[in-house]
Amino acid sequence: MSMPAIKAEATAVAVTTTPPAAAAPVVTMTPKQPPRAEKYAKVAKETAVRVVPPLVVVALLMLFWELVCRRTGSTLPPPSKVFKDTKELILDPFFDNGGIDKGLFWHLSASLQRVAYGYSIAAIVGIALGTLVGQSVWAMRGLDPLFQVLRTIPPLAWLPLSLAAFRDGQPSAIFVIFITSVWPIIINTAVGIRNIPQDYRNVAAVVQLNPLEFFSKIMIPAAAPYIFTGLRIGIGLSWLAIVAAEMLIGGVGIGFFIWDAWNSSHISEIILALFYVGIIGFVLDRVIAGLGKIVTRGTSAS
Amino acid sequence: MQAYLKLDHIDKTFTRGNATTEVLKDINLTIAKGEYVSIIGHSGCGKSTLLNIVAGLTDCTQGCVLLENREVNSPGPDRAVVFQNHSLLPWLTVYENVKLGVDKVFASSKSRAEREAWVMHNLNLVQMANAKDKRPSEISGGMKQRVGIARALAMEPKVLLLDEPFGALDALTRAHLQDSVMALHQKLGNTILMITHDVDEAVLLSDRIVMMTNGPSARIGEVLEVPLARPRKRLELATNPGYLKCRQRVLEFLYERHRFVEAA
Repeated sequence: MSMPAIKAEATAVAVTTTPPAAAAPVVTMTPKQPPRAEKYAKVAKETAVRVVPPLVVVALLMLFWELVCRRTGSTLPPPSKVFKDTKELILDPFFDNGGIDKGLFWHLSASLQRVAYGYSIAAIVGIALGTLVGQSVWAMRGLDPLFQVLRTIPPLAWLPLSLAAFRDGQPSAIFVIFITSVWPIIINTAVGIRNIPQDYRNVAAVVQLNPLEFFSKIMIPAAAPYIFTGLRIGIGLSWLAIVAAEMLIGGVGIGFFIWDAWNSSHISEIILALFYVGIIGFVLDRVIAGLGKIVTRGTSAS
Repeated sequence: MQAYLKLDHIDKTFTRGNATTEVLKDINLTIAKGEYVSIIGHSGCGKSTLLNIVAGLTDCTQGCVLLENREVNSPGPDRAVVFQNHSLLPWLTVYENVKLGVDKVFASSKSRAEREAWVMHNLNLVQMANAKDKRPSEISGGMKQRVGIARALAMEPKVLLLDEPFGALDALTRAHLQDSVMALHQKLGNTILMITHDVDEAVLLSDRIVMMTNGPSARIGEVLEVPLARPRKRLELATNPGYLKCRQRVLEFLYERHRFVEAA
């Protein structure tokens, strides 16, 4: 996982969110308002600087892909063929012909729903267990070795066991999501709780907060940056796991859609599905990161 | 003297593995209501440990702390602490930081509106009312410490404990804040116990200065009365013979009789 990258980004975020100190009004001056056109030009320029480089790179890659796969005898379709083959799927994601013959929207929403269930349970259980392990030395001694072993088990290895236990695809997939994403949430929460400065605990002791108030008013806000690091890793892992799990359990879902396309040799459809999986994974990550940014406002700075 | 806060034969030993270190030895101190007492000593002499014992944040090994003749051995708002590094919660605004304590202490005795007014009253006392919606990261070190003082005062403590409250501030801010604390003490008549390592600060603010010997097994070496009339003015005191004499006494204690021998 790209944990260091996420951390680096988190610190960068913290730096940029620090509001500038209000300057003391030494001399009153009417601030010069730049003309509106100039302002728009500036915004447009900033946007271009961000958007143009990735677009150029994508265009070049597409061109390369097109050139490589256009030759006769190529095993994979070029982008032009992918687009031609999947045009219907792209233009009408909402069709529903019953069974698993549905538009991509339905497949993706089914997958997202499973992730939403599994991940929500993981977030609640993860934060609760993380708090316990972070707060109590005995809980840590007892549980931490267990966590360290269990977290290394690959998500799919859990699937047969959960199928055996639940005897149904849906709860099994949700369980796989849960068991995949819960570990980083537990571990990061525990680290966050353990790193709460003694000063904050002293403040709570002097004010005589009861355990519940201490949990909600001190622990959760103080550990929030760590918790959100865990939540962000967790959402990435659960999206990774759902596609693999759905390939095995079947039914409606983007994972089985990919597997089904492979069985029918619709390679273009696989490529389209991968594109959607990537975009949605990216959006999920951004959503959790954005949420973290709002919730941990001011927490990291002292 | 009527004892208000009494430290009765306090010993403190830390045990780590088989090694036992005696930090404080037989500390006896009686403080009257409204008195301003400073504890001064070299770093590592256990003065902060002593303050934590009074605050209830650390248990003492022997002896006890009596407040109005009742033993206190757990932390509580009746002994509010102003921490050295302000310890404001960074995710709360200035107002919310003060309100956290107020809501707890006056949960039943004051209405919501009264509590809000009380928070603002205390922020006004330290001239921080106009920054009430700022977060700690947006205000200066001196302002943070003002909020820390407001938070402690707002709990209406019987004893206000100051743990090197000006230690982390620059000299000018420190002087300004010392004047503020002096004015507050004058106005509210709080009983204050302050830890410091600044001789001038101790003499300027205190009614009595408790000088501690070096650890391990630190004890109270000497207690000096500061017989200077209040209100005290920083500039006038600079040439006041009484002030200079007190200052001299503390300096002699710290640098001649109980020189700091270990490498710092």
